[in-house]
Amino acid sequence: MSASFPSPASPATPSPGDGATRRSLRPVPNPAPSPSPMPSSSSAAVDAGAASRTPSGNRPALLLRWLHHPAFSAQMTVVLLLVLLAAGGLRYDGFAAPQVLLNLLIDNAYLLVLAVGMSLVILSGGIDLSVGAVLALSTTVAAWLLQQAHWPAPAVMAAVLVGGSLFGVLQGALIHVFRLQPFIVTLAGMFLARGLCYLISVDSITISDETFVHISQMQIPLPGGFVSPGAVIAVGLLAVGIWIAHRSGFGRAVYALGGNESSALMMGLPVGRTKLMVYGFSGFCASLAGLLFGFYMLSGYGLHAQGAELDAIAAVVIGGTMLSGGYGYMAGALSGVLVLGTIQTLIAFDGTLSSWWTKIVIGALLFVFCVVQRLLSRPLAGAGAAQ
Amino acid sequence: MAETPPVIESLPLPKDGRTSHAPSAMPAATTATALAAHPSQRPAWQAWLGTLHEHPLLRPVLALVILLLVDLVFLPDFWQVQIRDGHLYGPLIDILNRAAPLMLASLGMSLVIATRGIDVSVGAVVAMSATVAALMVNAGQPLLVAYLAALGVAVLCGAWNGVLVAGLKLQPIIATLILMVAGRGLAQLMADGQIITVYQSSFFVLGSGYLLGLPVSLWVVLAVALATTQLLRRTALGLFIQAVGLNPVASRLAGLRTATLIFGCYVFAGVCAGAAGLMIASNIKSADANNAGLLLELDAILAVTLGGASLAGGKYHLAGSLVGALIIQTLTTTIYSLGVPPEVNMVVKALVVFLLCILQSSEWRAMLRRWRQRPAAPRGDRS
Repeated sequence: MSASFPSPASPATPSPGDGATRRSLRPVPNPAPSPSPMPSSSSAAVDAGAASRTPSGNRPALLLRWLHHPAFSAQMTVVLLLVLLAAGGLRYDGFAAPQVLLNLLIDNAYLLVLAVGMSLVILSGGIDLSVGAVLALSTTVAAWLLQQAHWPAPAVMAAVLVGGSLFGVLQGALIHVFRLQPFIVTLAGMFLARGLCYLISVDSITISDETFVHISQMQIPLPGGFVSPGAVIAVGLLAVGIWIAHRSGFGRAVYALGGNESSALMMGLPVGRTKLMVYGFSGFCASLAGLLFGFYMLSGYGLHAQGAELDAIAAVVIGGTMLSGGYGYMAGALSGVLVLGTIQTLIAFDGTLSSWWTKIVIGALLFVFCVVQRLLSRPLAGAGAAQ
Repeated sequence: MAETPPVIESLPLPKDGRTSHAPSAMPAATTATALAAHPSQRPAWQAWLGTLHEHPLLRPVLALVILLLVDLVFLPDFWQVQIRDGHLYGPLIDILNRAAPLMLASLGMSLVIATRGIDVSVGAVVAMSATVAALMVNAGQPLLVAYLAALGVAVLCGAWNGVLVAGLKLQPIIATLILMVAGRGLAQLMADGQIITVYQSSFFVLGSGYLLGLPVSLWVVLAVALATTQLLRRTALGLFIQAVGLNPVASRLAGLRTATLIFGCYVFAGVCAGAAGLMIASNIKSADANNAGLLLELDAILAVTLGGASLAGGKYHLAGSLVGALIIQTLTTTIYSLGVPPEVNMVVKALVVFLLCILQSSEWRAMLRRWRQRPAAPRGDRS
């Protein structure tokens, strides 16, 4: 990365390579004032052929603008998902069955819920590392309340959801009131939640409550197969998340906060309340994911969903949300989660590949998407250094 | 109370130095100011207490001492150090030996955090270097070659992080997250998902051997810490790293090669993590790609924070980080020895981090100031 300053000695004839790198570093919204969009042409020829250039020169400019558009990586994810699904369908028998696709949703319902909460946090310019631990804590608390305290199932669900939201709000309060880094606060929150799991029970608690068992065995028929109630809840939450992020005043405040906190404050937006609500929502999503995980596994255990926070962050990043905050789509959570799920399914279908390939591939994907975001996107260019 | 005697001995030193210097060496004009300043120095122990109060090591060392005193009260055997098989033996020595990998990792982490970065891939690098070393030793390679290969892999990992952070300017958390996810997968790939057991006895020296009565691992940590301190103090490197952490843009404009410095810090962190991996593998006599160094990065970050460094960058305190690592290990060992369920450990750690972060924040100090002023203000209004 040797970004050399343009030397004043040779302003008229930029070398082809120089011009290319400079154009790739920042998008050119208006091609006219840029020194030389055609690398090979001399400055005189550019002036003469300015009028004739416009129709033919527009195409690369449009292409460049599309490449540099922040939505590019989100669109690439959808393309990648389709390519993965097509490749799987061609390569493996039975991969293209509708139920395989529905299973993607069933198996990753909890991850989708986590990713929805994480999306909002990352959009606000923060990060929440505690979600996996809060998920585990929710399963443990739910199992303990059901099995040991014999609470009715609806009360357990309500208690877990309220508890998770409170956990998130408390973290948000620490972050906002004491201006602590979200990273360190939620990291400590992760320790706290996992520790509390073990305080409640060191061993896995099996859930035998009727309602939970019933929900876990329920199959909702769809054309081509069935889905679990968990998947329906997850998709419903995604719809709510999309509405919150793109249609509500709170969502606009979140985007403004992620774009620039000082500006948001000066605009008179309720920065403190927004932060508390963002982390509260993430905590709510984590506890809801805990309930879904409880339906899925029918047990509560402190070791559940280890590293789920990393999967959720990876899904959000792959879904095209900028880690620096302020840009992204809530729907990217779905495409990101589906890409991760498809990779796991592909590896499972292959049978010869071991499970650790999942980690390697997810790492590689994360790398590619981060680099693409970094190289092609405008918003990161200035915000990269200031964390 | 090993801390007190040397401190008391050093008490008169600053006073002697100042009084002997001031009248003779300073010109006439400055003697007046020196004399003017002199009366305020009169209670020398107060001035000394003041400097001690502001010393960054005070709080971590105090925390460690309090923790050890708690042990002394509740666990009478805790402070017993015996000589067994020609080396020192006892819970304190055990803490030193067990804390060694964490101390190494937190040394590397200190410098990375000082540049406003963070390295969450420490655990993955530990797993990779442990796996490489175990595989090489089992393949019949000499120990030195195995160690060098493992450290080479660690250097590569650090360089990878460095390129992503310093070259591509990715956010440090996310740049190192990539290796955190993929590194453990690569280690499992190399080990084929198995725990590699090592039977060669020379491999065990690093993690459980003794030299001059103390654990070998402790000597390694001390050597690395001393070498790093000297390098940072004797050259301008330490200053540069702090400058980069305080203001990356300004230090680049001032002519510092910020990218190279940041890159170097990540490589150093990688090497430290790799050496920690060698110690862990040597201690448990095997390499477990799945669990070796799991969550070590979090402990290392915690140790650096406990040592008084700010996560906002610009500050590092290597000795503080070492003390922080010792606090964590002492806490763990204490909890185990007290018979409290070990699960409490994580909760305690989390609460400690919350407390420390709040106490470190400037908002907390502002709040304290307001609390102190509040009772005074109404009285003034009424009278």
